[in-house]
Amino acid sequence: MDDVFSNFDLVLKAFALTIELLVVSALTSLVLGTLLAAFRVGPISVLAKAGTLYVNLVRNTPLLMIFIFVFIAMPELELNIENFFVKGCLALTVYTSAFVCEAIRSGINSVSLGQAEASRAVGFTFVQSMRHVILPQALRAVVPPLASVLIALAKNTSVAAAFGLLEATARMRYFTNNNADARPEIFITFAIGYIIIVEVLSAGAIGLERRWKVAR
Amino acid sequence: MRFKRTKALLVAAGLTLAVAACGEAGTGGSESVDVEVTENAAENFEDGTRMKELAESGEITIGVKYDQPGIGFKSAASDTPEGIDPEMGKILAASLGIAPEDITWKETISDNREPFLQSGEVDLVIASYSITDERRQIVGQAGPYYVTGQQLLVKKGSDIKSVDDIKGQEVCSVTGSTSLDNVEAKGANPRGFDTYSECRDQVLNGTVEAMTTDGAILLGYAAEDPEELEVVGEPFSEERYGVGYSKDYPEMCQWISDTLQESYDNGKWAEAFEATLGKSGVETPEPPALDPCKA
Repeated sequence: MDDVFSNFDLVLKAFALTIELLVVSALTSLVLGTLLAAFRVGPISVLAKAGTLYVNLVRNTPLLMIFIFVFIAMPELELNIENFFVKGCLALTVYTSAFVCEAIRSGINSVSLGQAEASRAVGFTFVQSMRHVILPQALRAVVPPLASVLIALAKNTSVAAAFGLLEATARMRYFTNNNADARPEIFITFAIGYIIIVEVLSAGAIGLERRWKVAR
Repeated sequence: MRFKRTKALLVAAGLTLAVAACGEAGTGGSESVDVEVTENAAENFEDGTRMKELAESGEITIGVKYDQPGIGFKSAASDTPEGIDPEMGKILAASLGIAPEDITWKETISDNREPFLQSGEVDLVIASYSITDERRQIVGQAGPYYVTGQQLLVKKGSDIKSVDDIKGQEVCSVTGSTSLDNVEAKGANPRGFDTYSECRDQVLNGTVEAMTTDGAILLGYAAEDPEELEVVGEPFSEERYGVGYSKDYPEMCQWISDTLQESYDNGKWAEAFEATLGKSGVETPEPPALDPCKA
């Protein structure tokens, strides 16, 4: 255990990388996921079909397979991206955006059809009705499931440990390998780190829910 | 219609046979050292020792690596692992009167070697298990039976000629390993992967500049792909592979040491080396001196 505390900067550095992976992939997945959800509910059938295909393909693929594809298959296909961090974010984004899409789509479906009809009746285009009528109401309903998706993402970053990214789980394995006598303590130390990250996410979600609560 | 069905059936039967034949072809053919299994071995050990129990039961479980060519490797097609570690296991088992086919092999990865010994899941761990003081706090380690050092595997013609050239370069190994830690300390960007073969692929496709781990393992990979890969530089660490046993049975240390010493003296150790690591072209070294067992 002394080894962990005397090298605590390494632990913090590793968690910093975990958080960087989380934040960057979360932002890109939210953007891509929202776009996909708009495709799926939108009036253009080609885009709707493409969105459905993407979600079905990606959501049915284990995250590890996507990592293997990005890190091992893509270089073989001469589609290599040099930067390991970018590759990690890419794999996480591809996977998470499918779940974000479905969470947001469920929110959109929770807005009653009358709302869309009314906005069409007053002459809104599809984009306008999404932007001003549907999405503001949908996002409110979407906070709890999106929080779950992001919490899953926070933990999914640990898959990157096996793909050249020295984030928290990789650092934990380094410490457990060197300090076989203190394994449980090391596990707990790193678990606490993950718990803190997840708690921050949950607290953020609860805050948003409160703020956006509809006065009934 | 009926004819068609018969034909389909025939084709299916033919395919099944062909697949079965493929399965057969993979097994066998692995080189291995003949060990002399001691008869009535149980009589050689005192009552109450773990060795006596094992000899009487006629069964032993040994943990080895499955992903290190030359050290401990099990291909998908074979039933038993190959490499110097399993060979050592066979020599040790033979002195208990246990034939190679009665050994139960269990895959151990770096992380579960101590837990497996402590919980009795395996009786011995022979899995490129470097002897360190930290590990000796919680498990017993006898040996060493082989000494190696960390080196670098690069693509032929790489700018990296020795460990001094790795500063700022991408160097891969297995996540959490001491090897990765050592190159990080020397200024390289450490890239951990799950298995050695994934790391090797990253070197081959040029994503990382070099792979690092114990020279013995690297030589195995270089031997598989001599056109593209080479091992460069002098070893920059010392790894002493030992045999792990549970601290509950301290009497095992002397037995392991004696059996290893015997295999040094009667040439079985050299035979085991030549049949495994020696195949990559390295000369058989002198067997390393054994650490004394604490009474």
